[in-house]
Amino acid sequence: MRQTWPLPGGIHPPENKSQSLQRPIAQPPLPPCLVLPLNQHIGTPSVPRVCVGETVLKGQVVADAEGMISAALHAPTSGVIKAIETRPIAHPSGGEDVCIVLESDGEERWIELAARPDYADLAPAEVLALIARAGITGMGGAGFPSATKLQPRHAIDTLIINAAECEPYITADDVLMRERAPGISVGIDILAHVLGQPETILIGIEDNKPEAASALRDALDGSRADLVEIPTRYPSGGEKQLIQILTGKEVPSGGLPADIGIVCQNVGTTHAVFEAVCKGTPLISRITTVTGGACAHAGNFEVLIGTPVEHLLQAAGYDQGICQRLIMGGPMMGFTLADTDVPVVKSTNCLLAADAKESPQNNIPQACIRCGLCAEACPANLLPQQLYWYARARDYDKLAAHNLNDCIECGACAYVCPSEIPLVQYYRAAKGEIRVMQQEKIFSDHARIRFEFHKDRMEKAEREKAAKREQRKKAAEVARSTVGNSQPAPDGTTATDEDSDVVRAALARVQANKSSTEAQLRKLERNLEALDTQLNNAQSRLTEIPESDTGPHGKAAAAIEQIRVKRARVAGELEALKNQAPETPTDTGANAEPAGQDQRAVDKAAEAIARAQQRMAEQQSMSPDDKRRHQRERLEKRLVKARQRLAQAQTDGDENLGAYADAVASLEQKLTALQNTETTAEAIASSGTDTGER
Amino acid sequence: MPLALITSPHQHAAQTTQRVMQHLLLATVPGLVALTWHFGWGTLINVALASITALGCEAAVVVLRRRPVGFYLRDCSALVTAVLLGLALPPLAPWWIPVVGSAFAIVIAKHLYGGLGYNPFNPAMVGYVVLLISFPVEMTRWLAPASILPDGASLPDLQASLQLVFPLLGNTPIDAFTMATPLDTFKHSQGLLVEQVLAENVWFTQGTWSGAGWEWVNLGFLAGGCYLLLQRVFTWHAPVAMLAGLSLMALLNYDAGSSTSGGPLDLHLLSGATMLGAFFIVTDPVTSAVSHLGRLIYGALVGVLIYIIRIWGNYPDAVAFAVLLMNFAAPFIDYYTLPRTYGHEKRGRATKMKD
Repeated sequence: MRQTWPLPGGIHPPENKSQSLQRPIAQPPLPPCLVLPLNQHIGTPSVPRVCVGETVLKGQVVADAEGMISAALHAPTSGVIKAIETRPIAHPSGGEDVCIVLESDGEERWIELAARPDYADLAPAEVLALIARAGITGMGGAGFPSATKLQPRHAIDTLIINAAECEPYITADDVLMRERAPGISVGIDILAHVLGQPETILIGIEDNKPEAASALRDALDGSRADLVEIPTRYPSGGEKQLIQILTGKEVPSGGLPADIGIVCQNVGTTHAVFEAVCKGTPLISRITTVTGGACAHAGNFEVLIGTPVEHLLQAAGYDQGICQRLIMGGPMMGFTLADTDVPVVKSTNCLLAADAKESPQNNIPQACIRCGLCAEACPANLLPQQLYWYARARDYDKLAAHNLNDCIECGACAYVCPSEIPLVQYYRAAKGEIRVMQQEKIFSDHARIRFEFHKDRMEKAEREKAAKREQRKKAAEVARSTVGNSQPAPDGTTATDEDSDVVRAALARVQANKSSTEAQLRKLERNLEALDTQLNNAQSRLTEIPESDTGPHGKAAAAIEQIRVKRARVAGELEALKNQAPETPTDTGANAEPAGQDQRAVDKAAEAIARAQQRMAEQQSMSPDDKRRHQRERLEKRLVKARQRLAQAQTDGDENLGAYADAVASLEQKLTALQNTETTAEAIASSGTDTGER
Repeated sequence: MPLALITSPHQHAAQTTQRVMQHLLLATVPGLVALTWHFGWGTLINVALASITALGCEAAVVVLRRRPVGFYLRDCSALVTAVLLGLALPPLAPWWIPVVGSAFAIVIAKHLYGGLGYNPFNPAMVGYVVLLISFPVEMTRWLAPASILPDGASLPDLQASLQLVFPLLGNTPIDAFTMATPLDTFKHSQGLLVEQVLAENVWFTQGTWSGAGWEWVNLGFLAGGCYLLLQRVFTWHAPVAMLAGLSLMALLNYDAGSSTSGGPLDLHLLSGATMLGAFFIVTDPVTSAVSHLGRLIYGALVGVLIYIIRIWGNYPDAVAFAVLLMNFAAPFIDYYTLPRTYGHEKRGRATKMKD
């Protein structure tokens, strides 16, 4: 006898299992119409692969898995796809979802099946692909895609087969084990093969199913799986609880069983795996218990996925008149259906049509007296009375501190609550509110980060600009001081300052332009080279892709076209830069135009500088009188030119008219000042005093 | 007909709040019988007066709060409060003692805090303490049990008892039957060794363990408490911890029975309101800590406080004060005694906020 660990808490509600155990598994008649919701599992909905009007064979794929966590969907019978539309589905919220509607032709024509009873010779990954292709999802209730669960990120040392079936009324797994134990045994072997032969294989079964246990034990003869009978106590069949009972280990909060080297599969899923691998049959049917006081012939049915609930209930002698609650799933965790036209899905293990006797009266809840019965019953060791208190107060911090998220919603607390408070409903609502808040927090965090990043970026750009300005200013100062030092005015006159300033500025500009133009040229040339390489690569790739593969081929072609366009643009820019003949500064004066970006422009600028320097040298060698005269002549020349420009601008209606007028006025002023100086200089020539312009 | 949409679970155990309260009431019967047997009609009259007042006050407040009266009276919680208060009061106290105490318990201590489930303090103990502080003379006038009354004297019969409780009905002197309780006697026998007290005092010469009559009253409440434990109305943690805390203090301070000794263990366990407190007051779920560990700490500290007040305080008994003081501390205890949840390595703290 293997050691087991006690389930903390738990309850023992009336089992009510015998009602549905009176008959062997039955087949309901083939329904005329089957409804296949695209989202029967946890994860991404499947994607339809059939069109309306298409004829499909039994077992043919009608929808593909999409993404990592998803499952394929198969036609449960042969027939015609009547519609792909939203239909009411079985869901706690009573909503609708997209369904494939299949009208059966009654012929049950199978698609060709590829059975692999030689699975042991296949690689685990190949077997896993077979399981994935069969669209198998967890059949115990949650409906998690099995193939995903069977490729864990951690090494697995224990495989647990969940045969506990702890909810009252449900006997689907019980009869499956009684009638089809050999298939389950093979299924376990397949799972072990897929998981790389884990060290331990345990089957957990509650001790209220002796027939099933003995049938399974017979079938397991020679297998290394260990059948462990555990005390009947709800919710021992919860995945986390069964792991705790069988191994004494706990799944870390927020983690998966795989994190502690355990994979847990339901016994129904195990049988579906056997069918999928050894017979090639996809998951198109399951065993569902139909029971409750409102069913005259309670029992278990092998029902096609997509069978309307109404159709199945009729097969069990359902009497709507005495049905108080129609529950999909068990009485502890199942949800009520508002209508009977929803379909049976892969995870439907039970339909419970409860009569008045079986339904609690739903009294008005009394005040919580914190009696603590709920905490005694909680299998997760929570304090349900405190959670209830904080859920009502919407104190989410306290709820988190009390580990609301570790609540498995088994309903044991609400079952024992003497005040009949619907505790689980409070927890579900609080969890939903917390989920919404977390979503909103994620969105607002994103927005905040985006905004802060934007702000940082703008500030950085502003700082860089300021730094550049500062640098330019410094460079200009340095340039000014060098020129000033090397060529001091010998006679102390300041009249030449204007000219020397202008020259220095022009020199600096030209230097800057020269370097920037060269850098730009080099950059453009490099760009061009890189683009050429890219183009070559892309073209060689294109030749590798066959033209039949339209998608990738088109993409590659588009990429090449993009590179070509870019190359043309860069080449154009380069050409323009090379050929550019910008206006050469005609004058070194204040009105001098910025130097061009071309090499020739640079040369011209250099010439101009040379001229200016020559002039400066001449000026220095001249006598003050000559200098003044010379200056006056130049000013007069510039004035004439400026006046001409002004006249031109006036006739053309140039928008820079004001600037030209200002320039003329400024030159006139300078000239007048110079003439005044001359007069004064002549007048006081004898005294040898000289006054500057300024 | 559309089917009803109701959330799971779709089954419910038979236990109801009303039944929990009824179990409690039933469990008080042995203690009540013992009290009546040894001290006469007084306790029954107390319980009756307190109950009538409590139900009346509950109904009045519920009407004022515009709630359905029947719904609230049916849960029997007011009756439990009244019965516990009535059991704790001295028998044959004037009629207004249980009336005032019961009214205060229900109106002030229970409903002004929000009614059942929301009261931070045990209403019966609040009522008791209000009376004890306000009317010390009436509240400390305990009777002598029938077994140690002098020869020829007997406890008043029903008519005399009613006259004592309702002075308007007639005049009967009560002093003939009153007597200090064993705890009081012991508290005021400081010049004597424990052995001398036990050998000389009529309480202990007539009693088996810890005072004639009182020991049976306590055993009655102990029996009722065991019944409740078997019925799983509460867990063993708080009462056992309280008795253990009290025992530990009594043993540590016994000092071989000198004249300054705190008294023998059996006196503390089987006298005064020890068992009533352990199984009917400390176990009040509304005002105690919630987790197992929390209830252990809560109960143990109540036990320690009872001893401290009994020996070094001004009152011969101290269950009410000890319980009220620990009622204050219960939320604090709760913060630090969360159970370790499945999948967590260690127990959390309710004060830890997510950042």
